[in-house]
Amino acid sequence: MSIAAVNTASAHLATDRRFRLRKLIERVAVGGMVCCTAVTVSLLWIILGYVVYRGGKAVNWELLTALPTPPGDPGGGIANALVGSLIIVALGALMAVPISLGAAIFVNEFPSPRLGKSVRFLAEVLTGVPSIVVGLFAYALIVQPTGSFSGFSGSVAYAFIMVPIVMISTHEALRRVPSHLREASLALGIPVWRTILWVVLPIASRALLTGILLAVARALGEAAPMLFTAFGNPFWNLDPSKPMATVPHLIYTYATGPYTDWHDKAWAASFVLLIVVLITSMLTRAALRSKADE
Amino acid sequence: MLALLLVGDLFRGSWEAIEYFGLGFLVGTTWDPVTQEFGSLPPAVGTLIKSTIALIIAVPISIGSAVFIAFYIPRGWRTLVSYPIELLAGIPSIIFGLWGLFIMVPVIRTIQVWLKANFGWIPFLDGPAVYGVGVLAGGMMLAIMITPIITAISRDILLTVPRTQVEALLALGATKWEAIWKVVLPYARTGLIGAVILGLGRSIGETMAVTMVGGNNFDLPHTLFDPIHSMASMIASEFAEATYSLYVSSLIYMGLVLFGITLIISLLAQLLIWRLSKGEFAILD
Repeated sequence: MSIAAVNTASAHLATDRRFRLRKLIERVAVGGMVCCTAVTVSLLWIILGYVVYRGGKAVNWELLTALPTPPGDPGGGIANALVGSLIIVALGALMAVPISLGAAIFVNEFPSPRLGKSVRFLAEVLTGVPSIVVGLFAYALIVQPTGSFSGFSGSVAYAFIMVPIVMISTHEALRRVPSHLREASLALGIPVWRTILWVVLPIASRALLTGILLAVARALGEAAPMLFTAFGNPFWNLDPSKPMATVPHLIYTYATGPYTDWHDKAWAASFVLLIVVLITSMLTRAALRSKADE
Repeated sequence: MLALLLVGDLFRGSWEAIEYFGLGFLVGTTWDPVTQEFGSLPPAVGTLIKSTIALIIAVPISIGSAVFIAFYIPRGWRTLVSYPIELLAGIPSIIFGLWGLFIMVPVIRTIQVWLKANFGWIPFLDGPAVYGVGVLAGGMMLAIMITPIITAISRDILLTVPRTQVEALLALGATKWEAIWKVVLPYARTGLIGAVILGLGRSIGETMAVTMVGGNNFDLPHTLFDPIHSMASMIASEFAEATYSLYVSSLIYMGLVLFGITLIISLLAQLLIWRLSKGEFAILD
């Protein structure tokens, strides 16, 4: 064998070895990533599974319609918290939706680029404010001056959580409305406010609704701001100027309490809450997706 | 408007404590309602440690998942994997807390007891292992909660990397992983850091789940197993017991500090993501 041939062969061998090493690294990397993804996805199924298993066992008609019994007594339910949550969130949405719609329309339809961008930027930052801080805010704003915990102060806290979410989604929706539709309407001599009300908003309505639903779903699950605003209440109460029970707060109280019966009810309440939140989020995603397909 | 109102209002609420303690509040290590002495250092440290643990666990897992979803899964199958992750990001934190308290904490307790028995000679593993709740549990809980968030945002960022960049390297004979390692990750670096910082912000402000599994003890921790407060859990659990106005005011002061920290973090994250998308708004959540 000539020297040249040996050299070529060893070069081949080296390339081959290098190539195999690169293949190996590729395999290891892919394997690692598959593990990561598996962990992330399985987390959902584990959490979901436990809530459905433990909550599904405990949930029944009495739980949804009855009032809480004193600790230790069997039976009873969480009806007051379900209704409380609904009232407080609805009041919050009533406050948040007009504000955020107004802000989004202002930013998008009367564009002063710098102002618009900074308002939008501020809204993005506001979504990062911890909910417990929002609760403190509502406490200092409403509870301290009025001197008592109330459902209403809870609504203010929820409204504050909802405003940036609704505003951002509304802004996105308005941005997607083609500008020639606006121009067509203006060219017919229709004033700006009517154009916005009759042309722009109806086109964007579906996306607006999705944004509001998302915000409501988010608020429904927030417990932290309720600790020192709505405060919780073991009795039936429809008056938002008094303390009210909410579902997430009730889960917290029951889960950290000492009674097994309470723990079961906490799982059941989580089950109900999870179903509401998941359905809302699936619906909104489906709506957004079919919108994107159009 | 609302933002200014928020800041002003918090300042008003905490003014009494600010006047009384000044900046010394931030480094004080006593929390004694009886002698009216309040300081916020231990919960701040608690927040920091738990968030660090959470990031150490969550960042590799989420970026790994994000790369896999963005580059390895065929387009049609992508939603099948990313959909559950997005749903996970939407689960209320109270449900995470409930799950953590009843399912995760017992598991962690077992692990802690085993660790202490076998590795107890390492100083930070020689703590009260049988509680279950504590620094480690809090960190794990946060890791589980921020993983889907970081994954979802990083995936969106990775998908903005021009496909041609990857294809060019593949055409030169690189393996897919080499292309991702050498081109995609450097290209998306700013955005990925933004995503991580956003996750960090979320973990710092997280309240309910941490209150439920963190142990809530006001002392500087010495080991991984010590129960400890974070700033948010401190506010949540002490507020109902705050009986006089300086006490309440101190808690609001702590809220103000927490707000300041998350605000800076959130600003930073938004700026990074914003710069990457060249003025287009990143759609979060």
